[in-house]
Amino acid sequence: MFKKFKLTCNEATTICDKAQYGEASFYEKIQLNWHLIICKICAMYTKQNSKMSDIFKMKAANCKSEKKCLSNQDKDILKEQLHQLE
Amino acid sequence: MNQTNKSNTLSPNNWVDAYADYLFNYAVARVNDSNIAKDLVQETFFAGLKSAKNFQGKSTERTWLVSILKRKVIDHYRKINSNKGQAEVRMNFYENGENEGDWIEERVPQSWDNEIDKNIENIELKSQLDSCIDKLPEKYAMVFRMKTIQEFETEEICKELNITPSNLWVIIHRARTQLRSCMEKNWFNK
Repeated sequence: MFKKFKLTCNEATTICDKAQYGEASFYEKIQLNWHLIICKICAMYTKQNSKMSDIFKMKAANCKSEKKCLSNQDKDILKEQLHQLE
Repeated sequence: MNQTNKSNTLSPNNWVDAYADYLFNYAVARVNDSNIAKDLVQETFFAGLKSAKNFQGKSTERTWLVSILKRKVIDHYRKINSNKGQAEVRMNFYENGENEGDWIEERVPQSWDNEIDKNIENIELKSQLDSCIDKLPEKYAMVFRMKTIQEFETEEICKELNITPSNLWVIIHRARTQLRSCMEKNWFNK
């Protein structure tokens, strides 16, 4: 009956990645935890993965506070091009 | 100017001032390259002008332009998806054979230096992360950024890029395993 639970490392780490976004299903989490008991490598991956998520979140917070604008020069060029097409 | 209030007419003269920054931000959030984003905005305005006669005033001018930009973004994604990048992926797992799905030995995660916790706010860490993301195949970088940095919903990304959720998770998984090993090599075990 445990056969159904069995995951490859590739599958296990895919679920682990999904879980980082809170999007792994309950069943997937059971499968993952079962795999982590027997696989030290994926257990380490899981631990490191949450560290990676912290870094990504920091990066995301940085990006959110930035607002990007086109330069006035770029806008003038755009206006000129549009004007010619009209 | 007085045309702007009329709901079923477009005023291309005002487009750049009124919408360029909004569209540019929209594009940058998806393609993360200001030159590509600039081109997409330009193409959007051109396409808008060309099909201006089809505008029926059912939506606002901005919504209408965004819908054109959306198509430009998906065209861009298709282009980078078919172009290149397929071969650049460094696999972390055996793709077939009796070891299918197992870690490839030389790609197995190594334990990290314990010093990392205090270094996490480091500026250099962020630039190292950027350079690792830049090493990803373009398509992976795009999906990864949309999901992780811009924090879009899975459903939204799938809809915009016309991919399935399982496609998305395979891409995210490959991007993350590749980023992990890039960061390990250049940062955590330096």
